[in-house]
Amino acid sequence: MKETILSVKDLTISFQTLDGKVSAVQGVTFDLIKGETLAIVGESGSGKSVSVKAINRVLPKGNTRYEQGEVFYQGQNLLDLPEQEMEKIRGKKIAMIFQDPMTSLNPTMTVGKQVAESIVKHQKLSQADAMQEAVNLIKLVGIRNPEESSKCYPHQFSGGMRQRVMIALALACKPDILIADEPTTALDVTIQAQILDLIDELKRKLNMSVIFITHDLGVVAHVADRVAVMYAGRIVEIGTSEEVFYYPQHPYTWGLICSMPSVDTKDAVLYSIPGAPPNLLNMPAGDAFAPRNAYALAIDFEEKPPFFKVSDSHYAATWLLHPAAPKVTPPAEILRRYDTFKSLYTNVEGVSVYDKVCACAGG
Amino acid sequence: MTKSAPVQEDREVILRVRNLQKIYNPGKKNEVRAIDDISFDIYKGETLGLVGESGSGKSTTGRSIIKLESITAGTVTYKGQDISKLSGRSAVMDFRKSMQMIFQDPFASLNPRIPVKNIIGDALRLHGICKTDEEVSAKVNELLDIVGIHRCYANRYPTEFSGGQCQRIGIARALCVRPDFIIADECLSALDVSIQAQIVNLLIRLRQERKMTYLFIAHDLAMVKYISDRIAVMKDGKILEMAPADELYARPLHPYTVSLLSASPLTDLHKEKQRRRMDYDTSTHKYPAGTEVGMFEVSPQHWIYCSKAEAPQYEQRAFSRLQVAN
Repeated sequence: MKETILSVKDLTISFQTLDGKVSAVQGVTFDLIKGETLAIVGESGSGKSVSVKAINRVLPKGNTRYEQGEVFYQGQNLLDLPEQEMEKIRGKKIAMIFQDPMTSLNPTMTVGKQVAESIVKHQKLSQADAMQEAVNLIKLVGIRNPEESSKCYPHQFSGGMRQRVMIALALACKPDILIADEPTTALDVTIQAQILDLIDELKRKLNMSVIFITHDLGVVAHVADRVAVMYAGRIVEIGTSEEVFYYPQHPYTWGLICSMPSVDTKDAVLYSIPGAPPNLLNMPAGDAFAPRNAYALAIDFEEKPPFFKVSDSHYAATWLLHPAAPKVTPPAEILRRYDTFKSLYTNVEGVSVYDKVCACAGG
Repeated sequence: MTKSAPVQEDREVILRVRNLQKIYNPGKKNEVRAIDDISFDIYKGETLGLVGESGSGKSTTGRSIIKLESITAGTVTYKGQDISKLSGRSAVMDFRKSMQMIFQDPFASLNPRIPVKNIIGDALRLHGICKTDEEVSAKVNELLDIVGIHRCYANRYPTEFSGGQCQRIGIARALCVRPDFIIADECLSALDVSIQAQIVNLLIRLRQERKMTYLFIAHDLAMVKYISDRIAVMKDGKILEMAPADELYARPLHPYTVSLLSASPLTDLHKEKQRRRMDYDTSTHKYPAGTEVGMFEVSPQHWIYCSKAEAPQYEQRAFSRLQVAN
């Protein structure tokens, strides 16, 4: 039996701004299973960072409204906890790594001290013991000469090394859940590969669950067990990596996959999603993706699609999966992936766009 | 095997870079060799991709070519003219009319205080392309059409646009002087995935319509392969390998290129799970003093930075891989 460690239910968050209410996250629901890596993919402004920051309650207090929803961890709703209780969880049980390692580290403190600070706070160790533990952690994340490096300041490190320090900081209290918010976006590919492998290795070693936010599908393919695709504040598709990569159902997922060329891409024109993401200040009625969606149906402009079940682990919010929806043919690249999926996993149950394609071709 | 930069007779060389060097703080303790003796040619109408990690000198190369940085040594010859010998405002203006740059950060490269019509229009006036207000406004509208921004947005300010739209405005500004050569310095890296594809399609369309030449600087290897005819790989101020795009990806020879290709994540799940990363030992290209090192053509159009002793080995490997491929 898979153990669910964190459960986010119907999370809805808005921000009060001078221009009005920005609905950043609308009804996001997902479970995090112990030991898995869940990747959340989406473009900037899709609400992926806001969703996970809400879990740790690190959103700005002044203008954030938690409209509804619950975040269950160890039987308690984190959104209802008093701040003092939350402080015992934040950083200790649920730790975060951020995108920019320079702005997340204190430039005036040595890195050893910064790591030790978190240990002293949560584990009640003495300064000297905490310092020793910090050196161990700095060694664990693969920084050479940990003794000397711990006495360095962040500016003396490269971006990759700083991100390693951030990881050491996040791991200081052996958290259950690690939230990595675009941890490799600012790094070179070679360094990115090292950091991804490091997170993966530590995840196994410390038996953590990881929520990994990124916009790079290549990174997702590398780290994720399951993938959630977000668009305009909603999850539009969620499933195992195999399902999302080889059996995607939502036109937005199709667009994302097709618009990233692989080294084999030879098409004269790259597939691109037309238009730009919607303004979250005044969201259109119906499906937010409809105006950019070549496969949009009339109902997409009127009513938001519910989740349709593709398999026990795979859900997609698109009207195309409705039994009464017309048949569509996904882009060629997606059809190729469907074939791969069929050849890999023979018994696929539930409704899917693929069945309709087959029916279309057959009759 | 010849030790010189690539020369091919049948194509016109638009840009010739020879032994280019850029050293910051020369002779001081904090000396940085940003570009360390590189040579290459760009042919008319082709796209040369320049890849490498941050700090490898790829942006400095672009900026040196367009005279945003002074060069320490070497020559950059554009259309037969040595750009370091350009003197006087009009000569530089003519040069800039022919060569333009698109920058990485679409917000930082547009003045937030002036509306789009002036961002593009001022360039038109400065270069004397349009004289009257009517001409300018007509031309601005035409350029906005080309890059896919609605004309009625001409009075808006850069902050009112998204990143992708700002990048389009940056492209429109670069296009307004009808350049023959564009340096695109990481022009996609600040953009979302779905917008990147739009901009790439725009660049490719413009290349076809206007027969432009691009120097495309980037670190996204798949995108570079897609847009480029040839690719040069840079590391620590040196070009380590240069080859036609397909050749470089199919048969990389330099260990650094191999490691770079093996490090980039793939969007196909199965291939990604099977990907094995190769690490590159930087000591392999630190040659002892006195060794004769340089660019060697180990197979047609495929250049490797190595010592004279290593060149035959690379040549042998290139040959055997080609045989396997056939």
